[in-house]
Amino acid sequence: MERFLYLLHHENDGSFADRALEGLAFAKALAAQVGGDLHVAVCGEQATKAAHNLAGASQQPILVVEGAEFAFPRFATDAAALTAICETAAPTVVLACSTTRMTRVLAAVACRCKGAIDTHITGVSVNGGQLSVQRWYYRQRIQAEQCRSKRPWFMLFEGGMAPAWQIQTGTVQIQKVECRLPADKIRTIVEGKRTPSGESQTIRPAANLLFVAGAGWTKKQSDGQTHPDQAASLIRTFLQLGGASLGSTKSLVDLKGEGQTVLPFLTHLNQVGQTGSTPRHPKGLATCCHGEEPHVVGWRFINERRAINLDANCGWAQGKADVLYVADAFAVLEEINKLLQE
Amino acid sequence: MSFFHIVVCSGVAPDPLQTLLPVSDHSAPALKNEQMLPHLLDPWAEHSLFEAANLAKNNPQSKVWLVSMAPRAKLSQVMMKVAQKASFELVALDAPSNGFTDSFAAAEKLAETIRSIPSLDFNRLLLFGGWESASRASGTTLQMTGELLNICDQFQGVDELEVTNDGSLRVLERLEGGEHQISLCAGPPAVLGWATGNLPEPPNNPQVGMTNMRQIMPALQKAQAFGYPADALQFTSVALPQQKRDTELVKDKNPQEIAREIVDWMRRQ
Ligand SMILES: Cc1cc2nc3c(=O)[nH]c(=O)nc-3n(C[C@H](O)[C@H](O)[C@H](O)COP(=O)(O)OP(=O)(O)OC[C@H]3O[C@@H](n4cnc5c(N)ncnc54)[C@H](O)[C@@H]3O)c2cc1C
Repeated sequence: MERFLYLLHHENDGSFADRALEGLAFAKALAAQVGGDLHVAVCGEQATKAAHNLAGASQQPILVVEGAEFAFPRFATDAAALTAICETAAPTVVLACSTTRMTRVLAAVACRCKGAIDTHITGVSVNGGQLSVQRWYYRQRIQAEQCRSKRPWFMLFEGGMAPAWQIQTGTVQIQKVECRLPADKIRTIVEGKRTPSGESQTIRPAANLLFVAGAGWTKKQSDGQTHPDQAASLIRTFLQLGGASLGSTKSLVDLKGEGQTVLPFLTHLNQVGQTGSTPRHPKGLATCCHGEEPHVVGWRFINERRAINLDANCGWAQGKADVLYVADAFAVLEEINKLLQE
Repeated sequence: MSFFHIVVCSGVAPDPLQTLLPVSDHSAPALKNEQMLPHLLDPWAEHSLFEAANLAKNNPQSKVWLVSMAPRAKLSQVMMKVAQKASFELVALDAPSNGFTDSFAAAEKLAETIRSIPSLDFNRLLLFGGWESASRASGTTLQMTGELLNICDQFQGVDELEVTNDGSLRVLERLEGGEHQISLCAGPPAVLGWATGNLPEPPNNPQVGMTNMRQIMPALQKAQAFGYPADALQFTSVALPQQKRDTELVKDKNPQEIAREIVDWMRRQ
């Protein structure tokens, strides 16, 4: 029988990230389906306090590693904490959700525990008590289902696998796990965060809509001129009014590296696709973007897709969007902004 | 003045504009016509190579090695382009490049190879690579390679590295929602899995290419063969997603009508 362990860390305000709670709900259902124990562990500065919001998550005491040194993501301390938890719980299957903090460290923990790891997991099947996982290869282009006999098997889930576990405050049994690192092993100080300010805050993971801007916004238009200022203003207004998250193509962000002025609020972090991100939103609207495969692989988790392009033969027309509007995105966005302002 | 021994790990990946079709014969899955597909140096790892070359240029006496595990013939094609972009010494391993393999085996081989680089000073080691490959796309190989080399400072999704006056490393790693975490590390050894970074692709430099090729050719010739263990992973299915949509083409509506349709769609639950 499998023995499951679900790993969480709490955020600086003591809460848990949504995707960590989604992963917890999924882990609970999986353990119930397989008929194995589920252990839950929390790591962070005030892990005991945070763990009291997980009443009912596990029949077992919640394992915690806590202390000031675990307040921030840092490889040395996180790897030591998670390894100590795994050694205590002795699981056969270790589950976690792919927050950037977990993603950065879990493969090393698997290595320390002499286990195996799979990441970017989008589903787990159970067949006669045997587990197999679904994941993507070649950056969302090929889907595989695979299994392993090696244990412990570490599985890092993508978000959205299940509706988030609802926080329940109550009495929770806690088991503290000791983790002390010698001072000379902590060679990194976390200085803080760099947060894009004001209007540069364009990446909004919780938004309903992904709005993608392509290089067409900077190309010569029917009057033979480019209109980057107008493009920036239209997009900025749309993002303010519509609350969308801004994605971009590689071609558009690369223009910035080549010294051209494009959209002042755009960085490589906005890039969607093969060498960019694969965001998860219910809807996506692509504008002035050709819809080439290296871009569209980043849309794997966008359910409803629409595009506006002057070219009726662009990539979006080849079964990549639900609706393609063959139109001038400048004119359409201007009208959309008027409607959103009403 | 600090100087570094920078080891960049990179495989090769099919050009993303190519159509990829999986095939499953009796053993592990592979890509159809894999030998024929044009390949590139793995894109995020390539960024890390450019960052490595730039760091070496700004910190004289530094040295860059590129440790690459890939089919020899593919690697030699890829080198024709990459060799002109940055100065490095190639350490080649002749291994399959398809993604359907276990990353731990790759990490073990990489760690063993790095340990045996004769003049490498571990106390100056910066282990670079992409934070994820374009083939297996798991983000685990570099992490495990660092772990097997006992490096206890690792950074992933790196976009910026600054060497401070006292030789410390200030590193920016990607977080959720467009944020970066800023960390200060006492110095090497450290692992840096790069995201896009900040540097544009360097222009071709035939001079650098010629110098590199003198070392690359013999390195390719003596590339050690490596095969993945067959039993680490069992695949039950490998397939292309069934995601083709019936695209509705809207050609004859004016901007007002389209805007109304899009706003209604945006507001629909
Ligand atoms: C190794 C590698 C990795 C890559 N990774 C990525 C990646 O991660 N993400 C990514 O996006 N790309 C990636 N690419 C690049 C990709 O192949 C395409 O080149 C890129 O996506 C094209 O960007 P685009 O559609 O913005 O630009 P273009 O191809 O220039 O298309 C511009 C579009 O704008 C339209 N247009 C112009 N004016 C208007 C208007 N007024 N109204 C409506 N439409 C208009 C045009 O019809 C055209 O379709 C990668 C390529 C390689 C080789």
